[in-house]
Amino acid sequence: MRQGIQYVGVLSKLRVMSDFAVEALNIVRTFKDGEVRALDDVTLHVPRSEVFGLLGPNGSGKTTMIRILSTIMAPSSGTATVNGFDVVKHPDEVRRSIGLAGQYATVDENLTGYENLRMIGSLNHLEKKFVISRARELLEQFGLTDAANRTCKTYSGGMRRRLDLAAALVANPPLLFLDEPTTGLDPQSRQDLWAIIETLVEGGTSVLLTTQYLEEADRLCKQLVVLDHGKIIAEGTSQQLKTSLGNTVLSLSFTSTADATRGAALLEGISSKPANVDGTVVELTVEQGPSSAADALRRIDIAEITLAGLTLREPSLDDVFLSLTGHKAEEALLLSTDDASKGGRTRKARS
Amino acid sequence: MSLTSHQTALPTQTQKSNLRWAISDVLTIARRNLLALVRIPSSLVFALIQPVMFVLLFRYVFGGAIPIPESQYVNYLIPGILVQTTIFGAVGTAIGLAEDLQRGLIERFRALPMARMAVLAGRTVSDFARNVLVLIIITVVGMAVGFRPHGSIVAYIQACLLALLFAYCLSWGFAFIGLAAPNSETAQAMTFPLIFPMTFASSIFVLVSTMPGWLRGFATYQPVSETADAVRGLMSGTPHGNSTWISLAWAAGAILVLGPLATARYRRAA
Repeated sequence: MRQGIQYVGVLSKLRVMSDFAVEALNIVRTFKDGEVRALDDVTLHVPRSEVFGLLGPNGSGKTTMIRILSTIMAPSSGTATVNGFDVVKHPDEVRRSIGLAGQYATVDENLTGYENLRMIGSLNHLEKKFVISRARELLEQFGLTDAANRTCKTYSGGMRRRLDLAAALVANPPLLFLDEPTTGLDPQSRQDLWAIIETLVEGGTSVLLTTQYLEEADRLCKQLVVLDHGKIIAEGTSQQLKTSLGNTVLSLSFTSTADATRGAALLEGISSKPANVDGTVVELTVEQGPSSAADALRRIDIAEITLAGLTLREPSLDDVFLSLTGHKAEEALLLSTDDASKGGRTRKARS
Repeated sequence: MSLTSHQTALPTQTQKSNLRWAISDVLTIARRNLLALVRIPSSLVFALIQPVMFVLLFRYVFGGAIPIPESQYVNYLIPGILVQTTIFGAVGTAIGLAEDLQRGLIERFRALPMARMAVLAGRTVSDFARNVLVLIIITVVGMAVGFRPHGSIVAYIQACLLALLFAYCLSWGFAFIGLAAPNSETAQAMTFPLIFPMTFASSIFVLVSTMPGWLRGFATYQPVSETADAVRGLMSGTPHGNSTWISLAWAAGAILVLGPLATARYRRAA
């Protein structure tokens, strides 16, 4: 609760004092003349100095929210303040107090890593001397010193993301927007990026992060909201969310759909929630993984049904969605409004 | 290690006036575009080699078949090619902006506290700079293949400046196309149906009097012909009527109309 206050003193008269890094009230954003509601009455309170998560599948409105809060796009209705500045009335002040990085890793391919950071620093209107030393420092900290003078075309996906994040940090913003920072990254790069984000938050930075991964939200976010079709369908700490789901998913695969149906009936009572049957696979959310598994095996064995397999796993975003909405996250993907939010523009970077 | 230092953060936001920052932003963007031009071999070829090929093509392949009364064709051709290549440069404006938009770079720029107009102005300024280089190359290559301008050096520079200014003002229209196109390939495809009639149905390569009647009217009075006539007039030392003034008027009209159009499109884009 310390950063930001002494920051850009001249501008303080424009600020609304707020305990939150981001306060968004009743944000609505429509596309195609109101046909598509990418965001439908979303209210967010992002506390300072922690990671706040926006969890949801593609097309749930996460990126649209980030675009509104980073002044790239205006809301159709509702108000938002970022670091105390209204995003519509004082966009320049908002821009001076935020860093934006994301899944598109928007680094300039034809510039070197060092040149990219210099450019962003200069466009942030920072002193040249400061930018030079800051660029070197960030390249060092992000393990990019050796690649500093290579054009970004030659960078791996992980390196691009790190440079993208470094670019967002050049101006030392008290608040970072990270739009799916690890989507498409290999596990090691993902771990590296998580460690960096944790270090930043320890240093007092506030982070608003969007993700499709429950694991990521669980690891980084103190609080999160779950978005689906532009609406908040759940909010709380990740622990609360997981508890409401049951901690573990017990997945049993059978040799036929008939067996699966019989099995599901036999397993009644092991989970407080109804079993989910998908073809030959039956899934249960359970409190105690091993003992529930043993119980399930016993029941199946007595009924003399052959099992093809059994796994225990942590709940995924799919499980959250199934539990909260009754539909899987992939189904939401088909109804994606992301294209609308990009104005129908195709992007090579997307995948 | 400390990734952040907010306690002491941002005494670094220096106190320059808005105008000085706007100029700094334009130059930053222009510099980045020029670095890209140098680093992408294909774009450098497109920008520099293609005009030279046009010179050689029309000087040695087509030139012999194009009679120009009281003049050598090479003296007619080079001022024309000069105008043509500077206008072709505007295709690069459209492609460059479409690429930046497609890659999400413009989105990043929009979340920075930089001057709003710097992305467009930076692009047109870097394309202007590239055109300066192209003009120098054409002049040198032109001299090598026999081009002998009879006007003064001052008039020659005036002619070059006129061509540059005209192309610059026109490039704002191509900036609009770049921002409106869904990707860089489409941007390129959209520019050619415009740029071909403008440059080829003009007095750039041949006398408009040799064209059929239905085309002659357009070819005579369209702005590219006026500019080509003006540039040729200045370089040959026999100014061509009011062409210079008409060309300047077209340029002013273009930037007054196309500038706001592109800027409005930029606000909507991304």
